Amino acid sequence: MKQSFKKLEQYQFVFSELVKRDFNKRYKRSILGILWSMLAPLFQLLVMSFVFKRVFGNSMEHYTIYLFSGQLVFNYFKEATNNGMSSIMSNAGIITKVTVPKYLFLISKIMAASINFILTLAIFFLFTILDGISFTWKFLLLLYPVFCLFLLIIGAGLILSALYVFFKDIQYLYDIFTLALMYFTPIFYNVHIFDGSLTARLLYLNPLFLYIDYIRSIVIAGIVPSLTSHLYCLFYSLFVLRIGMWIYKKYNYMFLYYI
Amino acid sequence: MIHVDDVSVKYILGDIKELSLKEFFIRKMRRETITQEFLALNHITFHVNKGELLGIIGSNGSGKSTILKVLSGIMPPSTGFVSIHGSIAPILELSAGFDGEMTVKENIFLRGALLGYTKAFISERYEEIISFSELSGFEDVAFRKLSSGMKSKLAFALASFVTPDVLILDEVLSVGDIAFRKKSEQRMRELFDSGVTTILVSHSMSQIREMCTSVLWLEAGRMRGIGGTKELCDDYEQYMKTK
Repeated sequence: MKQSFKKLEQYQFVFSELVKRDFNKRYKRSILGILWSMLAPLFQLLVMSFVFKRVFGNSMEHYTIYLFSGQLVFNYFKEATNNGMSSIMSNAGIITKVTVPKYLFLISKIMAASINFILTLAIFFLFTILDGISFTWKFLLLLYPVFCLFLLIIGAGLILSALYVFFKDIQYLYDIFTLALMYFTPIFYNVHIFDGSLTARLLYLNPLFLYIDYIRSIVIAGIVPSLTSHLYCLFYSLFVLRIGMWIYKKYNYMFLYYI
Repeated sequence: MIHVDDVSVKYILGDIKELSLKEFFIRKMRRETITQEFLALNHITFHVNKGELLGIIGSNGSGKSTILKVLSGIMPPSTGFVSIHGSIAPILELSAGFDGEMTVKENIFLRGALLGYTKAFISERYEEIISFSELSGFEDVAFRKLSSGMKSKLAFALASFVTPDVLILDEVLSVGDIAFRKKSEQRMRELFDSGVTTILVSHSMSQIREMCTSVLWLEAGRMRGIGGTKELCDDYEQYMKTK
């Protein structure tokens, strides 16, 4: 018991050092590096907002916030899973020589992306104030979809990092997958164009849509989503996490031979 | 202290490191075999008592590093059991975990964490590590900018602070220039004399003869012999001459 507690403490230290390393590498240890990672999505937001408002004449209320919330969730998912995918391979030198749980490398990479997400989230709230939306207690509920999203990302990361150890072309296939996922997620288009059609129901197969919809519902409409929405959100994240854990548990001993 | 009971390890081999999903399915459809198996360790049984120093000898590819990986818990045995009482410090490669882009100071904490030290322990010994590795003034320099000698000195200095019950070493005994080598050998001797149980892989027969209390000889994954240092070293040297 005491031994395992000591181990946990030890892994916590390893983990915090890994997060520091990954974060510093990601941002080249400069304020400018962090700023740059904020600027890129903001610029993307600006362009999209301009195109869809001015060029396509979208007149939805709070459209910038609508767009931002979609982009926020999608970019976080994309960056964290992409970084997570290579986490086992890029730490091969340590994994083959040091006794340390391999999932720590994955979660560390995801944490580095999560810090970026939190900073972008702060800017998102700034935008909501600028857009004349006032904060209510309901905003606290946003922790729920963020937590579900985090679990989903860990699950997806466990699946992808294992696949990447075995098949190197997963990287390209995943790029195609994320592109398709982007169009299948209502980031810039209005979901209500599908109302009543089969597509509207198909959207419920996409967990990212559920999280984005949850956030929009709270922030823009000020409505707490239904219990069913809550269950859907949790169901997908736990489902993907369960698959990820199963794959990790079944195959992690084989990583050593492939890296 | 250490019990290795009928341990075998099957390696997965084949050109699998660059395998693509496409290729995987094509080969599956053609019913070609994708992986081969290779018995890296074949029914190994031995035990080491507290305070003993077991040397493992054998030619390249005989399974020496594999048995160390099994003992360290990095590689699970395919069959058989390993039981070790107490804390283990496996030092299979001195440089594992160092990151070129990070500073010497940051690397000390990262590598230290991987070696099993606590944060408090490293903070406390930080000055000592720096002075032992002769790197004062270089603390904020990126690790990749150090010379290879400096890198290995730092790596050795860090690893030499371990205080485990069981020490597992893979050819990491002496590094650096002559002066440092003397210092590092002195340090290793102190460590061995502290009553730690050690398993050591080395190609230096003089080192093995001088330090080990017993020797395990592996050849092609099988035990060729276990027992007294002198007899086995003599046999092994004879064997290598005729090979």
